[in-house]
Formats: sequence, C-alpha cells, structure tokens
Amino acid sequence: MVGIVGYGSYVPSFRIKVEDIAHQWGEEPEPVKNGLIVYEKTVPGRDEDTITISVQAARYAIQRAGIDPALIGAVYIGSESHPYAVKPSGTVLIDALGIGPDVHVADYEFACKAGTEAMYVAMNHVRSGEMPYAMGIGADTSQGAPGDALEYTASAGGSAFVMGSEGVVAECEATFSYTSDTADFWRREGREYPMHGGRFTGEPAYFRHVLGAARGLMERTGSAVDDFDWGVFHMPNGKFPLRAATKLGFSKEQIEPGWVVRWIGNTYSGSSPCGLSATLDAAAPGDRILMVSFGSGAGSDAFIWKVTDQIEEVRDRAPRFKDLVERRKTYLDYGRYASFRRKILMND
Amino acid sequence: MTVPRYTREIPQRYRLEAGRCTACGKVSFPPRAVCPECRGREIEEFRLQPRGTILSYTTIHVAAEEFAAQTPFVVAVVETEEGARLTAQVADCSPSEVAIGKKVRFELRRIREEGKAGILQYGYKAILE
Amino acid sequence: MREAAIAGIGMTDFGELWDASLRQMFTEAAVAAIEDAGVDHIDSMYVGSMTPGLFVHQEHIGALLADYLGMAGIPAGRVESACASGGLALRMAVLEVLSGASEVVLAGGVEKMTDGVDATDALATAADQEYEAFEGITFPGLYALMARAHMEKYGTTREQMADVAVKNHTNGMLNPRAHFRRPIERADVLTSNLVAEPLRLLDCSPITDGAAAAIVTTTERARELGVPVIRVRASAMATASLALHDRQDLTTIPSVGRAAGRAFEEADMGPDDLDVLEVHDCFTIAELVVMEEIGLVEPGKSGEAVSSGLTALDGKLPVNTSGGLKSKGHPVGASGIAQIFEIVEQLRGDAGDRQVEGARIGMAQNMGGSGASCVAHILEAIS
Repeated sequence: MVGIVGYGSYVPSFRIKVEDIAHQWGEEPEPVKNGLIVYEKTVPGRDEDTITISVQAARYAIQRAGIDPALIGAVYIGSESHPYAVKPSGTVLIDALGIGPDVHVADYEFACKAGTEAMYVAMNHVRSGEMPYAMGIGADTSQGAPGDALEYTASAGGSAFVMGSEGVVAECEATFSYTSDTADFWRREGREYPMHGGRFTGEPAYFRHVLGAARGLMERTGSAVDDFDWGVFHMPNGKFPLRAATKLGFSKEQIEPGWVVRWIGNTYSGSSPCGLSATLDAAAPGDRILMVSFGSGAGSDAFIWKVTDQIEEVRDRAPRFKDLVERRKTYLDYGRYASFRRKILMND
Repeated sequence: MTVPRYTREIPQRYRLEAGRCTACGKVSFPPRAVCPECRGREIEEFRLQPRGTILSYTTIHVAAEEFAAQTPFVVAVVETEEGARLTAQVADCSPSEVAIGKKVRFELRRIREEGKAGILQYGYKAILE
Repeated sequence: MREAAIAGIGMTDFGELWDASLRQMFTEAAVAAIEDAGVDHIDSMYVGSMTPGLFVHQEHIGALLADYLGMAGIPAGRVESACASGGLALRMAVLEVLSGASEVVLAGGVEKMTDGVDATDALATAADQEYEAFEGITFPGLYALMARAHMEKYGTTREQMADVAVKNHTNGMLNPRAHFRRPIERADVLTSNLVAEPLRLLDCSPITDGAAAAIVTTTERARELGVPVIRVRASAMATASLALHDRQDLTTIPSVGRAAGRAFEEADMGPDDLDVLEVHDCFTIAELVVMEEIGLVEPGKSGEAVSSGLTALDGKLPVNTSGGLKSKGHPVGASGIAQIFEIVEQLRGDAGDRQVEGARIGMAQNMGGSGASCVAHILEAIS
C-alpha cells in the first residue's frame, strides 16, 4: 500500500475582498461575486513566497507523518511562481527542514498542475521501492494583471504531502493523466503577468482535460461516480469545479469540504492539493476521494485516494485547513494590496 | 550580504542551530567557539525549539535602504525556552498587538533581497501565538 | 610620577559642512589644538573615526591626516570603537604619554557623514551584522528596545525622555559650535516624526560633520608650556556583549558601569566628586541609562532627576553643558574628543555662558554602538 502518510497546508494571513478589487476598477461587486462564486482571496505578505509557504506546509505534513525528515529521499515543489527563474525552491526547503544532503530535489512547473505533478512523482518513487518517503508540494503566490478577471482570484497558499508505504492515511489506488497541447493560458519569458484565452479556457481547456482525466481514471479502474464519497477539482474559481462535479454526477455536498476557493481564491499549484487537504480533514476511514487537477497548457492529473483508519490518529497532529484559514485574517484595501504585490512602480 | 557569508549562516537562519556549553550549560545563539560565560571550549550544537517570549520590542519607521519598503515593522528581542536570545521581526501583526511577555513561534520568512538581481535571503521571524 | 594632561584643544563647528572634506575638518581642529597648546611639534597621533571607509570610501587616514598636517613621518593610526572612537583615541594618546614612549601626542576625532552614503546602514555596522542588522533593526531601534524595557520596568515616561532633549537644546543655544542652536519644547519632541517607537526624531542625535582634537602631554610639560594644567586623573575603557539581545537586563548598559567604575577607582573618587559631565546622549534614553550606570542616581530614578532639573546647567550636577550629542551634533568619531573639549573649557573657566561655577573635576563618557564599548575619562584642573 502506497500513499499519503502526512499532509499539511499553509495560507497567508492577509486577505482582500472581491468587492474592494471591484471598486478599484469601477465594477459592480455582486455580479462578480456571483459569477465567480469567490468572495475574498489570500494575499502573501511581503516576506512570504512559494518557498516560505512550502516550508510551513511541509512542516505540518512531517508533523502529521510523525517521521524523521532525514528519511525523506526526494522533495519536489510544483509552482508557477518559484521565487527564482533559475535556482531551485526545493533546496531552501530541505536545508530548512534538515533533509539531506542525500536527497533528490527538483522544482516542477506546469501552470496550476505543478503541485499534483510533484505529488505524482513523489508517490511513484515510493511505489517503485526507491525510497521509504518522498514529498510532493504544490504552492503558489500567483499574480493577476491589474484590472483583469484573474485579479479577483489569483491568490497564495500551498499544501504538502509526505508519501510512504508505512502508516498510510490515504492510499493512492490509481492515477490517470490527460494531456494535450492546448494554449488556454500562458506567460512568456520576461513578462510580468500571464495571458489567457478568455472563454477558450472553459470547454476546450479546463473541462476537456478535467473530465477527460476523471472519466479516463474511472474507465481504467472500472469505477463509477457512486464509488466515490468526495470530489476535489482544480478551482480557478468557484463555478468551474462545481460544474465539473455536477457533470460527473457528484452532489454539491461531496465537493463542499474541498471547495476552498470561495474564501482563499485560486492558489494555483496549491488549488486541488489544498482541496485534498481540507477534504482529508473531513473524510472518514474507508472513504474514497476522486481528485483531479488542471494545469493550463494543458493537462490534468487524476488520483483516487482511499482513506484508511490511520487518518483519525494523524489528523489533529497539525492544524486543520479550516483552522489555518480562520486563525488570522487581516484585510487589505486595494492600495496596500497593490503595494504588497509590487504592482506599484517604485523608484528603484 | 554576500553569498558565502549567507550560506555559512544557513544552519542558524533556517534551523536555529545554537550551542550549549558542556561545562556550565550556557546557551549561545549563534553557537560560539568559546563560552561567553565560563570561557569553556566544549560546546555541543543543538536546535532551538521555534518558540519564545518577547522581552522588548519596537516599531521601526525609519529603516536602512533594503528594508525601507517594509516600514513600519516590529522588531523584538525574544528569549527561547532554552535561554537563547534572538533579535527578530514580529510578522503578520499590527504594532498595537505586541507586548512584553507575549509568546511567539518562529517561522521561515524572506528577510530581504539583494537588490533586483541578487540572492533572496531567508531567516526566522516571530509570529504572535 | 609621570602624569598626563590635556594641554591644548581644538574643534570645528559641528553641522552639515557641505564645503568641508574630512581632511579639511581634521586639519582645522588639529591645527587649533596644536596652537592652543603652543607646542612646536607632536611625537605621534591617534585618529578616532568610526568608518571613513563607508562614509567617504577612504581608509588609511592616520597616515593621510599626518600628511595633511604637514607631519608625514610621525607614527599615526586610526583607532575605532564605533561611536567611542574619539574616546579611544584619547585613551591611546594618554597611555602612550604615560608609558614614556612619547611626550606630546595628538588625539583627534573626525567623521564626514553627509556626503550621501546611507547613514542608517553605515551606522548599523556598529551592531551585530549577522544577528541584529540582518533582521532589519537600526540604531534608533536598539535604543528603542532599551527605552521600552526601561519604561516597563521603572515607569519612565516619554515626557521624562523628552526633557533630556529639551535640556540639551537649551545648553546648545549657548554653544557657538553646536549643530542645532534653537530651543525646543517637550511638545516638539513628542510630536516629531516616529523613528523607532517610542523614539521620535527629536529623541535622536543628528547626522553631523565635524572634527575635534586634543594635545596630550605630561603635567610637567603642560606647566612648561604655561597652559592651564588639566590633569587626566583617569582613563578607563570597558566592553560588553556586542548584541543588545545578549545583555542580561535590557535596562542597563554594563560597559558604562564597568568603565565608570574603573575610572573612579583609578581616580580614587566617586560620582559625588564630579562637578560637570559630558555623556553620550546618542538618544535621550541613553543619557538616562548612563546617569544610572555612572551612579549619579539610583536605577530607575534618572527620568525624574532630569525632569526636576538635577542635571540642568544651573542644577546640582550639570550634564552635557555643551548641548550633548543631541544639540551639539554627533560626528561619530569626533564626539569623544568634543566631549573633552567641553570639559577642558569648563575646567579652564572658559565656557562663557555655559560656565559651571568653580568646576574643577569633570567626566567625559563616550560609548560605542548600543553600549558594547565605553571609554571614560576624568579630568581635573590642578592649576
């Protein structure tokens, strides 16, 4: 049995409300909120980035796993906002947590799917027998261009997963990845903000790949939606995952605990990983979770996680996702938000 | 701060590695070669628990150039359970929330950047419990 | 028994001296001191300056300034102990004269701070670079940490701290060389810009250019020169842990207590014997703590002592008659010698409107950084 032995998350304490962004650009807030089903999002502090978020999430994951971090044989961080263009994020994390130097480290990227990529590779290293534990992390501090629709949702946060074969709390029963060259959202080298294809990001991108991966996984495993207790989908906004879930036959209640985008925004590579983390906080032993990520460009990684009775023992060794979100919230106005996110032209 | 200097200090900045004199028990952060209390030379290294108490604090309004964009920010002297003393920023709080005697935990944060092209420098900051 | 004396003093105006370079300022102060003493040559020279390298990108200033004094050839070197560099320069000169190695030694101090370098950053090099400055704390921040602790432990108030600045500005008005010669009121201090809470702009000594110099010789030689004999009754120095956070009690500055204690022992006297003092008021809280460390008042009582006028010009124990670092200015390396300048003028009876009647024994207390080093001198008029 191979799967998650420890999981942890982190979201920054700062927030901005959708209505404050709407006011900035002269838009009516209610239609925006209803259209996106997002009410507020997280904002990283000036001293936070993908590395600091990953380190904190990883600490909690290791706490839950209850293992000596030195036993971790590989660490992968997936993000589209790695702090350096060239220099890995993972190396800061291993030195911060006392892992290595005999450890394999790589940074992953694939728009919002980079987190599940890291999880997929980490899990398979354990499955191959190569090492007892490996860690996969998805974290981001993504930017939305000023005045663009993505500014309402691009947020910061991440989750980390220690994979192992002993003390598994959620077994990985099967995976399926669905990938094609579909340019729905991209950022060229040297550009500050990404570009996207508007409505093209819907059916031809998100839904084709998410549903393709979900259906492909169910076909591969001979399973149907009734075999699942929970669904976790990539959350670029509140609407898309709800529609994908409904199309597959899930009820709203089944995606409810993982549907975190409504109050934290889209944490990009952290999106479905955070959804999974929040769902593990609520799941009971024996529950099956269907998790499907989406990364623009485009691809989806689908997983079936089967929760074991270890979850009850492990769950409260670290703060639950809901508690992390609630424990501290400082609301920013647009001016302070713009300053934090370096959208203001300084004299430097 | 240059790269070699920063790299040498990673054990302290990332992992809070301190030293304890085997003769008199005095804890020093960073670890010293000579005990400041008894001049002993046998020091054992260990990691501090990432927790402490605020002994004093101030809010910086006028900072050096590298920190100018971050003002106002709070800096405190913190004493850990093991008796080590550190100077650290108190992050994610408004200055009015800080008080002598409050408990903090330490987290890894980005402390500063070497301009637009230099390295990013990470270290410990205190968060109010 | 060989004894040291200050035979001559010199000082530039203190202020933002746009037209004066480091070399020009030092030469002016040194020549004035040499002429004041009436000596025809000096045997060697010590220059106190905290960081000419950072401020004007110039090191090797011992040799440079000996050269510019027209004295290339004599032994000369820079000494440094952050803001106590000037006091340290004097100490070295005194020791060299007492040892018999030299007869006449120049002790000078100079700092050129306004040429455009980030002064906050340069001054922070006196703190622990790796574990204090790296975290973003500044000099005012370190003293603010002390102030907060002092207020918490003893109930010292913002008003009491402000009264230090008010007193020093009152005195500075009477000092023709002072950087600031305008009166201020408590309210001015309390409404000035925040620098590092609770310290505000008017709690802090300014960024100043300036130089000061003293000629040290034997008491015997001073008599021969026919100048007032100001004997160096004690010259003491002490250090303490560099990082403020390593100090056991944040309301204290142990190096000051140690240095003052050593000075009193050497001079065989106590704080009650002092007629006048110059202390290192880099920040208002510093003057308060230093008063307690020297033993002028009990720990925690400095605030009420200042507010009640104990240390005013017409008080029982005048402190910083020159205007202190606050009003006179603080060209870092020069301050230690500028303090000596004031004490010597007082003991000679030459302090004009600032004169403390019958002053015969004075102390100059000069410290570095947040108090990791302190140099204390006790001078006595014996002719």
